[in-house]
Amino acid sequence: MRVKTNPILAIGAMTAVAALALTGCSAGGGDEGSKKEGSTTLTVWVDADRAPVLKDVAAAFTKESGIAVKLVQKDFGKIQEEFVQQVPTGKGPDITIGAHDWLGNFVTNGVVQPIELGDIAGDFQDVAVTAMSYEGKTYGLPYSTENIALLRNTELAPEAPSTYDEMVQMGTDAGTEFPFLVQVGEESDPYHLYPFQTSFGAPVFGTKDDGSYDSEQLLLGNDGGIDFANWLAEQGKAGLLKTTVDGDIAKEKFVSGDSPFLITGPWNVAPAQDAGIDVAVDAIPSAGGEAAQPFVGVQGFFVSAKSKNALAANEFLTNYIGTKDVQVELYNVGKRPPALTAAFEEVSSDPTTAAFGEVGAAGVPMPNIPEMGSVWQFWGVTEADIINGKGDPAELWTTMTSDIRSAIEG
Amino acid sequence: MSSTQTEDARETRVVHKRRRRAVRIAEQASGGITSLIVKIALIAVIDALSLYALFVSMAQQQWTVFAVILVIAASINIIYFTRGWLPAKYLAPGLVFLLIFQVFVIGYTAYIAFTNYGTGHNSTKQDAVIALVQSAQDRVPDSPAYDLTVLDQLGTYSFLVTAPDGTVSMGNDATPLHTVDGAEMSGGKAVGLSGYTALDFASILQHQDEIAKIAVQISDDPNDGALRTPDGSSAYLYVSTLVYDEAAGTMTDTTTNTVYTDTGVGAFTAENGEQLMPGWSIAVGTENFTKAFTEQSIRGPLVSVTIWTFAFALLSVLTTFLLGLFLAIVFNDMRMKGRKFYRVLMILPYAFPGFLGALVWAGLLNRDFGFVNDVIFGGAEIPWLTNEWLAKISILWVNLWLGFPYMFLVCTGALQAIPEELTEAATVDGAKPFAIFRLIKFPLLLVTVAPLLISSFAFNFNNFNLIYMLTEGGPRDAAAGINVGGTDILISMVYKVAFVGASRDYGLASAFSIIIFVVVAVISIISFKQTKALEDLN
Repeated sequence: MRVKTNPILAIGAMTAVAALALTGCSAGGGDEGSKKEGSTTLTVWVDADRAPVLKDVAAAFTKESGIAVKLVQKDFGKIQEEFVQQVPTGKGPDITIGAHDWLGNFVTNGVVQPIELGDIAGDFQDVAVTAMSYEGKTYGLPYSTENIALLRNTELAPEAPSTYDEMVQMGTDAGTEFPFLVQVGEESDPYHLYPFQTSFGAPVFGTKDDGSYDSEQLLLGNDGGIDFANWLAEQGKAGLLKTTVDGDIAKEKFVSGDSPFLITGPWNVAPAQDAGIDVAVDAIPSAGGEAAQPFVGVQGFFVSAKSKNALAANEFLTNYIGTKDVQVELYNVGKRPPALTAAFEEVSSDPTTAAFGEVGAAGVPMPNIPEMGSVWQFWGVTEADIINGKGDPAELWTTMTSDIRSAIEG
Repeated sequence: MSSTQTEDARETRVVHKRRRRAVRIAEQASGGITSLIVKIALIAVIDALSLYALFVSMAQQQWTVFAVILVIAASINIIYFTRGWLPAKYLAPGLVFLLIFQVFVIGYTAYIAFTNYGTGHNSTKQDAVIALVQSAQDRVPDSPAYDLTVLDQLGTYSFLVTAPDGTVSMGNDATPLHTVDGAEMSGGKAVGLSGYTALDFASILQHQDEIAKIAVQISDDPNDGALRTPDGSSAYLYVSTLVYDEAAGTMTDTTTNTVYTDTGVGAFTAENGEQLMPGWSIAVGTENFTKAFTEQSIRGPLVSVTIWTFAFALLSVLTTFLLGLFLAIVFNDMRMKGRKFYRVLMILPYAFPGFLGALVWAGLLNRDFGFVNDVIFGGAEIPWLTNEWLAKISILWVNLWLGFPYMFLVCTGALQAIPEELTEAATVDGAKPFAIFRLIKFPLLLVTVAPLLISSFAFNFNNFNLIYMLTEGGPRDAAAGINVGGTDILISMVYKVAFVGASRDYGLASAFSIIIFVVVAVISIISFKQTKALEDLN
């Protein structure tokens, strides 16, 4: 009878979930893994947008070196996980595209090897090379930088504001539904609020002499951090920051002209322009008096620790991906400022790119140390609670800091 | 005595004859030559695939996989090529799938639950050593880049380098760098030396793995560093900050002279407890299970999450069943007009993918901009998804919306299967409609529906989609100090332990999975035993 087969079905459904979770990742890249020692095929993981550009570069490389390049298209959001899972089994690629803040995780898991930029290191923007470094060694070849800035609807606000208060004033004068917009969300969005936080002099981590982040120095909870927490509570009370405004709503409202300002990244420029809004890109105004520094995310390419083609991989990265033409082409598909200075200068004729690049040059790389994971976990929820007025801001902030500290110390 | 012997012999002959006849009949019945060819062809395909899989697993040195494939392939051949074993012939395909998709997965999960597999411990010790040594290569600050030509002499590779000041020197793994005269120059770079073959780029790439490993000491003292090449055309001076002593199994940091030893925790550990990352994966015994029950930061949430999981699954089944049953009864009444139209309408939520439905509901329930607050409650800011209790109610509500059509369908089917004569007979006997339902229809309905209710409970027990799409387990209590929210059920908590945040703990997550598995299994077994009582009604 049916009754008797049912427990097996139930168990089956459950184990299928477990199966997906635990073995799905390793099953993903079956064929690209069967490389033999000394074989001369370079396997590169790349996302769908970057793949067409790399196709031409790969063809040129193959022609000159005789090494075949196999491009494997991957969903960008899944690369980090799959790379960490597959490299130890010997199935991963030789090179993968990635974001710099994955680096700490990669190094902790021993899946990447350092690359030598050699003398061309100086040709890249400092922030990009710093971002691609971990404990003093460079692990990736950067190709683009990405950061948020202030988008301004020039019709509603002809001038760029110089301070936060001025921005709010201009927004109120414009008479729109929102004086300004920034995505917050139910668990807040520390990434988008970070420029305000730094303007109070409260970065997450201090830095070592070589510019890398020092997990021992958690500066989040300093006096500036407390000031920022109080400021957040005020803005929440005044209705300027709302946890109900998530990314979609913020974009939607700006595009429909309900606010003159939106703090966001380059990804929202095109939708606004398509809606017929004349967009200007400015620096994020300071709320606490000091410079409002956004996080800069750097994208680049990493070499697998288990690559048998390390020389070819290095050659491909430094002498092909690291050239001006390729970086310009990569810029053309994503519109993120190139990491190579010469390429950046070439594309700076586009005012949006130039402006985002300029704001980014004054920004700070997003910490790539694994300890950052412990920060995210508490940061957003606490901010959301403060904005929603759940308790004393200074107290909540201090609790968060001690929670983070104990999470880092494990 | 002798007569019994002859009788025995005769009987044996008769038995043999019968058996031969039976075999003949069986062969005829099985379809003869065509089916034999089909059988051989199918087995050939399976054998070919297995053989390929065997070679692949051998090349990758996956011996467990190799053994399993070998056993399965051999059993298939034995089962289908020998006479007899009739039940096995029918059961084999199912058993193979059971092995692959269930036994293996459960076994693997169980195995992971007893290891510390996770961030920083995701490979073998050998890999960890390689990765540590690899990343411990420090380029000497401000050291120059040397132009490099790789030379080959009878399979031994040497570096021919030109320093920026024009000095040409040579060395290999065995001989430290020494100046040479008479090198062939091209544009200020030494490109050849008599007695050696200079490798072109293609040949360098052909042997890149060996060349990448070459470290040419710059002087007789190894502490001065060694030249290595990352690309085959230039060399840089590196010093290593970590030295692996294979005999002692220790890592030594040469800058601080700290000795890191393998203390059995899956990472090189210094005396002060400092660990070098990456470590490697080791078996930790039942540590993950004890952690789940004893560590305060996990045990607290685990208890509340478990209670909510049961409440959520039970209430979901109950509410959807009651609504579905009610509607089924209503729409099963012949006096109802336009039943078909309403039935289609009822099934709409079922036709909508569940996780999309949950996403849409998340938008509808937004505190400021959601349809529910904006239109239905006239702009009231009711925190549907951000207040712990309202979020729980919202989840049950949305699950009711998503789940009642299924129950409606099931109940409609079950009700229609109950013979109309029973109702008629009862009416004739003078029973009231509610009594008919309560005493006759409902018990009969339960016989069909009870197993489905149990499987529905098991499904909701692990209804990850709904929870994650609607609230992501939130709202989170910032003061709790752990990433678990008010509406997290066990499976979403496991997901967070394993996949959210920078440090993943697959071992702990697997241990949780097994605990959940045991809970669901126990409940199912008990419930199915109970429902057996219902079957006696039939």
